[in-house]
Parts: sequence; structure tokens; C-alpha cells
Amino acid sequence: MSLYDIIFYLFAAITILSGFIVVTSKNIVYSAFSLLFTFFGVAGIYVLLGADFIAIVQILVYVGGILILLLFGVMLTNKITNVDIRTGTIHVLPGAVAVGVLMGLLLSAMVWTEWKTQPSETPVTTTVTLGRLLITDYILIFELLGILLLIALIGAASIARREQE
Amino acid sequence: MVTNYIPIFLVLLAASIFGAAVVFSSRIFGPLRPNKVKIMPYESGKDPIGTTNERISIKYYLVAMLFIVFDIEVIYVYPWAVEFKKLFAQYGLFAFVPMFIFLVVLELGFVYIFMKGGLRWD
Repeated sequence: MSLYDIIFYLFAAITILSGFIVVTSKNIVYSAFSLLFTFFGVAGIYVLLGADFIAIVQILVYVGGILILLLFGVMLTNKITNVDIRTGTIHVLPGAVAVGVLMGLLLSAMVWTEWKTQPSETPVTTTVTLGRLLITDYILIFELLGILLLIALIGAASIARREQE
Repeated sequence: MVTNYIPIFLVLLAASIFGAAVVFSSRIFGPLRPNKVKIMPYESGKDPIGTTNERISIKYYLVAMLFIVFDIEVIYVYPWAVEFKKLFAQYGLFAFVPMFIFLVVLELGFVYIFMKGGLRWD
């Protein structure tokens, strides 16, 4: 096993273990904090894939933003911290069947797809290429993204200020 | 290529070791003799009032939401800014205009919230 493999399995283990805690934890705050490690593990896998910019974005937006927003959501909700949030009925057998079928589908797709492999070359930083593509090939998508963010901005403002009208 | 990230891993490792040491060393090395006053929640020496899990105003949520939107905005500006000198040499003003439009569209949203009084803290 090479160093690369060891690092990959380390990050995969972090992601899966903390994801398991997110789902099974009774305390919603513990779930939110385990989600931090899930995001971190995914960021590590992005780095291994050579997507350095995406990894930084993952940490900056998901860990630095979305997770904080999630914890804000917990704080904004009245009397949520001491409530058992898991459902009373957990259907193990149907759940196992559904997960098994999904996993079989994914694994068979993974095994039988003819993946296009190419000899590994030292990847250069992706940031420069992204910056170039944003204002050349994908300029329309870029401007549409601005409008999408504008919609999110106005939506947040109108939801949060509704009672003051 | 993975070896480029070894310094980052070292920083992460050092940070987590330091954090764990700070949090757990007092529990490991310190004597544990609790009494009623000692295990009370600490509120600057005063007796605690009410519970800690109270509802917090929605105004904070708007600020957090604004933070995320502008966070994402900066992410799109960053790769453009890194390459800007070369892009300007190649495309001239057309390297500048798309980003200008993008930023103006987002500032329109900011101005809208500002005019609507979304940032007023009453």
C-alpha cells in the first residue's frame, strides 16, 4: 500500500465514521459537530484527486459557512437541544434491503464501467484555469450564478424581515 | 503531488494535538474534587439565570445568510484575481467587464437589503 492509499483510506474512514455519528447521534449538536469532520474528510479526498481549489472551497463554504448556519438553525429553534430527534420506529430490514440494492447498483456500475484511465501527470494548480474559464468559456453561467446568488440574498432578506412589514 | 500537502497535514496535526492537550490535560493531571459551587455553570461569577438553550432572534440568521452569499461571491472572484494580469494582457477590458457585472448584480442585492432596512438592528 502506497502513501497515497494510506491517506485515502484515512480520509475515507474519517468521512464514514463521522457520517455514521451524524445519523445515529441523539444530540443534534453532536450531529452538527460530526458533520464538520465529514466535510473535512471529503475535502481531504478532493485534495487527493488533485482538485485543490474545490477542497479549499469545501472547507471555506461548508465548514466555515453551511455548518455555522446549521448551528444557527439549532440555536434559533426553541427547545431542540434536549429532544430525542431520532424517530421511534427504525425499520432495519427494509432499510438494509434498500441500502443493499443501492450499493449493489453502485458497485456494479463501478465494476462494469470502462473507465478512461490516463497516465498520471503532475497536476498543476486548478485555480488559474478556473479563473480563465470563468470569463471565457463559461461566462454566461458565471453571470447567471450572480443572479442566483442575488435571488438567495433577496429570499433570505424577505424571510427574515417578514414580521416587520 | 500529495507531498505538497505535507506541511498542511503537519499544521493540522500540531493544531489538534495542542487543542487536545489544552482541553484534556487539566482533566488528566488535575485533582477532581467537585462540590456544588464548582460544578455550577460559569457566568462571570454571578449565579446563572435561566437556561442556556433559549431562542435567538432571526436577525442573526440573516447575517449568517449574508455571510454565506458573500463568501461564495469571493470564491468566484479569487481565481479571476489570481489570473487577472494575464487575462488583462490578453483580453483587455473584456477581462474586467464580466466580473464587474457579476459584482454589480450582487451589490444590487446588498443595496436592496440595505434600503429595506434588513440590517437595522432594532
